[in-house]
Amino acid sequence: MALDNTTLQKKLIETFGMSVSEFHEQHGMLSFEVATNATHDVLKFLKENAEMNFNFLTDVCGVHYADLPSEKQLAVVYHMHNWIDNVRVRFKTFLDIKNPVVESATDLFRSANWQERETYDFYGIIFKNHPQLKRILNMDEMESFPLRKEFPMEDPGRTDKDDRFFGRTVHNS
Amino acid sequence: MSDLLLPPEKRYAKLIEEKFQEDGTELQILNLGPTHPATHGIFQNIILLDGERVVEGEGTVGYIHRAFEKIAENRPFYQINVLTDRLNYCSSPINNTAWWLTVEKALGIEIPKRVQYLRVIVMELARIADHIICSSVMGVDTGALTGFLYVFQYREKIYEIFEEISGARLTTNMGRIGGFEREWSPKVFQLIEEFLKEFPAIWSEFEGLLTRNRIFMDRTIGVGGISAEDAINFGFTGPNLRAAGVDYDVRVATPYCSYEDFDFEIPVGTSGDCYDRFCVRNAEIWESLKIIRQALDKMPEGPYHADVPDYYLPPKEDVYTNMEALIYHFKIIMGEVPVPVTELYHPVEGGNGELGFYLITDGSRTPYRLHFRRPCFIIYQAYNDIVKGGMLSDAIITLSSLNIIAGELDA
Repeated sequence: MALDNTTLQKKLIETFGMSVSEFHEQHGMLSFEVATNATHDVLKFLKENAEMNFNFLTDVCGVHYADLPSEKQLAVVYHMHNWIDNVRVRFKTFLDIKNPVVESATDLFRSANWQERETYDFYGIIFKNHPQLKRILNMDEMESFPLRKEFPMEDPGRTDKDDRFFGRTVHNS
Repeated sequence: MSDLLLPPEKRYAKLIEEKFQEDGTELQILNLGPTHPATHGIFQNIILLDGERVVEGEGTVGYIHRAFEKIAENRPFYQINVLTDRLNYCSSPINNTAWWLTVEKALGIEIPKRVQYLRVIVMELARIADHIICSSVMGVDTGALTGFLYVFQYREKIYEIFEEISGARLTTNMGRIGGFEREWSPKVFQLIEEFLKEFPAIWSEFEGLLTRNRIFMDRTIGVGGISAEDAINFGFTGPNLRAAGVDYDVRVATPYCSYEDFDFEIPVGTSGDCYDRFCVRNAEIWESLKIIRQALDKMPEGPYHADVPDYYLPPKEDVYTNMEALIYHFKIIMGEVPVPVTELYHPVEGGNGELGFYLITDGSRTPYRLHFRRPCFIIYQAYNDIVKGGMLSDAIITLSSLNIIAGELDA
């Protein structure tokens, strides 16, 4: 029987209980949240369980939710893809911005290596057990994490440009 | 602290010292890049050599990092298209279309069939242009410059088609939310017909030059191979994955833009080496030609853009004479368009594999977060594993057969 979102959700709740929550479907893709300490287990379960077969880690990236309380301001988003039944799934884990640590997926998927380095580079998220967690796109000497919302895109002291009029502010109200 | 965290020069200095103490061999460090003819772009590979054999390598990327994801968080949706141009700049129309498809999916816009077919045509033309570069440059890197110069005039013809459609050649900025900015002129269709008529003969000749060429085969067969299992684990997609024998193609797995209407095959290889990658790309060019032919023959009647006044700019003469059009024009330019709060991932088959846009909107005029899943970035991390233990000249040919595009690597 081909895997569908309902069975997937049922199986995940059966296996992980309280660690998985907030199931919802958006544009046909099942999304849910995972407790930070269960992330690696969920990845492993989705990859190795005979019914799940999520053999492909499509994407790993970070998000900074600046409006949420600080203990869940950062998120790591995983996209996985089951090529046998052609099902995609997305899950997030929220991290404390003061101590953003999550277990690395590099032992399961080698494709996670650079993607996690990129996430570290931009958001400062520490991936535990990552073999080479250093900056990848920015220079090593950099100290800030540029994709966090508080990092200004341009020199804030500039007076020759006023971007407010062209919808170019992040929080335009 | 793990040695891997050190800069490669320092790490290698240690290895060189150890090796010298062990048996007196002198290892050498070679900088392949950042500006090296074989990298075809700005990225560096610091390689440790034992004579001509690669002991180890470490990729250093980010030389043309332009912070697109940050810029995208500060720009309205229609201005992000120009950023996508510069990802895989060898096949910009695919990136453009992928971006519009993502936005249209987020906004819930229905696209007319004709627009979808037109998009399929430009995307397949772009794929051909992309594969022409890769395949012919593989010839150059093995020492056959003639084929490259010969087929490049047809890449030029594809760019002429793009120019006729959008006004630009390389970074096309093609299309709008909902369709194209203007109707395709008869000249476009004429150019495409000419291309379809002339190109197959040229491409057959190019294939005849290299595919069964003894020297080329000796240089590429069994070089830079990767098993299907490793390729999946490393996140390979596109021609590089299919060369390893896995028939995964986004156009078939999750069809977009009416790809389900067309009859085409997914060429696969067996060993995942440079030769297979070359053959898979060449076969894909023939499939793309087939798709373009079908799209032209089955081209439905209809408008060249969806009827979405909230997002699609009205004709300029209406803006000057019609109140409604003026309001829409003003609102769209200022980015004041209605955007639902949503979150989606939209993949398309780019020139090098699964190009995905992960978009989070919060109802404002800019994306809250936009992440590009760039196939080259993910594929390139396997490079050092592939070339380890091989000859330096094989490392060069492997690099060009993986078709790493610096723009997509760094975003």
